[in-house]
Amino acid sequence: MNWLAIGVTLKLAALTSLILVVVGLPIAYWLTFSRRRWKFLVESVVALPLVLPPTVLGFYILVAIGPHSPFGRFYSDVVGHPLPFTFEGLLLASILYSLPFAVQPFATAFDQVDRRLIEASWTLGVSRLQTFVRLIIPLSTAGVVTGVVLSFAHTLGEFGVVLMVGGNIEGVTRTVSIDIYDEVQSLNYAAAAKTALFLLMVSYAVLLLVYAMNRKVWTVWPQK
Amino acid sequence: MAAEMIVDIAKTFPGRQPITASLKVALDPSTVLILFGPSGSGKTTILRCLAGLERPERGVIRCVSHTWLDTGRGICLPPQARRIGYLPQEYALFPTYSVSGNIGYGLSGLSSEERRRRVAEVVTLFRLEGLEHARPGELSGGQQQRVALARAVARRPQLLLLDEPLSALDLPTRATLRAELRTMLRRLAIPAIVVTHDWEEALTLGDQMAVVSNGCVRQVGPPQKVFSRPQNAEVARIVGIETVVQGRIIESCHGLATVDVGSAKLTALANDESGSDVFVCIRAEDVTLEMEGMGVTSARNRLAGQVRDVTSLGAVVRVGIDCGFLLSAMVTRSALDELHLAPGTPVVAAVKAGAVHVVPRRDHA
Repeated sequence: MNWLAIGVTLKLAALTSLILVVVGLPIAYWLTFSRRRWKFLVESVVALPLVLPPTVLGFYILVAIGPHSPFGRFYSDVVGHPLPFTFEGLLLASILYSLPFAVQPFATAFDQVDRRLIEASWTLGVSRLQTFVRLIIPLSTAGVVTGVVLSFAHTLGEFGVVLMVGGNIEGVTRTVSIDIYDEVQSLNYAAAAKTALFLLMVSYAVLLLVYAMNRKVWTVWPQK
Repeated sequence: MAAEMIVDIAKTFPGRQPITASLKVALDPSTVLILFGPSGSGKTTILRCLAGLERPERGVIRCVSHTWLDTGRGICLPPQARRIGYLPQEYALFPTYSVSGNIGYGLSGLSSEERRRRVAEVVTLFRLEGLEHARPGELSGGQQQRVALARAVARRPQLLLLDEPLSALDLPTRATLRAELRTMLRRLAIPAIVVTHDWEEALTLGDQMAVVSNGCVRQVGPPQKVFSRPQNAEVARIVGIETVVQGRIIESCHGLATVDVGSAKLTALANDESGSDVFVCIRAEDVTLEMEGMGVTSARNRLAGQVRDVTSLGAVVRVGIDCGFLLSAMVTRSALDELHLAPGTPVVAAVKAGAVHVVPRRDHA
């Protein structure tokens, strides 16, 4: 089993879901509560990774962060090396790729919070931000956990985007799914089977956690 | 300068009748203004505009010396800045917080010591001792109502806004809590605006009453006056009670009470203590008119008097009778002709005890 690849994968998945909490919660809040007419445009963009082939998404990300784009040039000027084929580049791609897996469960959970509770909080002098932190998030724990775990699990198994943006650098961007592909390519089925089984078990454990959490949360708060 | 509230707003919803409210009321401590109207009349929307939860397209809201809304000057304070205590329908208690967590929720600006003291004070005031750690889901309807009111009051708001405060309760509880709410509002000495469609609630709680229908404020005045002297047919139809007079219970036993009204005495079904001041309410449809000296009936109240005025309302006629107090009766045109009713005619008005509604009067201590 390739422990190095497993380490890279777990690190990538953990960082991705962590950052998606920070980025995804505000996006989900805006998508749920904004009354802008063009909201659906943002909604569709967030959902794009669900339907786009990973290679297409990976291609555009590669172009966008590459040395020919303004962002890519800016990044390499500031940091000293270009973004593609580094762990940071891979992380950015993973965040974009897993965005809907975090934002959609968050937004669904926020949407189920009774508006009258939110309004009651406002009339008690509590600001919108405080209401979000003290009322909406605690009422949406199940959805937040689901979003975090789904984006974690989704990142564990990504392949196309990693290949396009990260390449295949041992210890830096070679993830478990790429390692399995490599082993199969070199007809090393035993090693591939071991790593595949490992990935299967981790993914299954993670999903068990989601469904168990959701059960628990709903039996504690059945009033809705 | 007397503290007053000035409201003049217009709010439209797509596909619905626009809401236009215009009223000006004095806001002394413990004044209760009732927004009265049938469901769908727009009274809740008016209350939500006052709370800052709806934004009217144009208008002005001024509360004492604060301008909450002035679309001409681009002012619209958010609900957080209005210092109000808002009690929504169904109470909207926070399920993730305990009773004391709910009450202390809006007090985050205070030190934890001060907050604990304030929560304890309100818990005592609303008789919630022992329930501090309970979750809202474990409380009865009446307890939830008290917690919601306690939460609204804990911040010491300058105005309370109560949206159908009793409608989420079952009928027997509602009757008990109506009296309790009256006592509580008086003790708090915070002016309140109460939305209701229940005329007993309006009479029990209100000092002033604004009748709302089809999105407009139709009449503003003391409840008794609005009920007994509606300005127009629309208001009369909405309030539905034509006779509202002050009285005093002089005897009460076995659920029957004798009420002194003007120079007349009425028998009513009521359990209030003798000596208490009440409003006596009688619907004009429940009054039967007969000529003097006709047979015995089951109606407990037979009041001899004189016809004062006759107003035609199409198929029916409203007859005002002076029988120690002014009583309105509704009779058909044929009955009018048969009895030869005209101003000055002596007549006997019969009312069943069950049709005499007794509502405890809000005393102004």
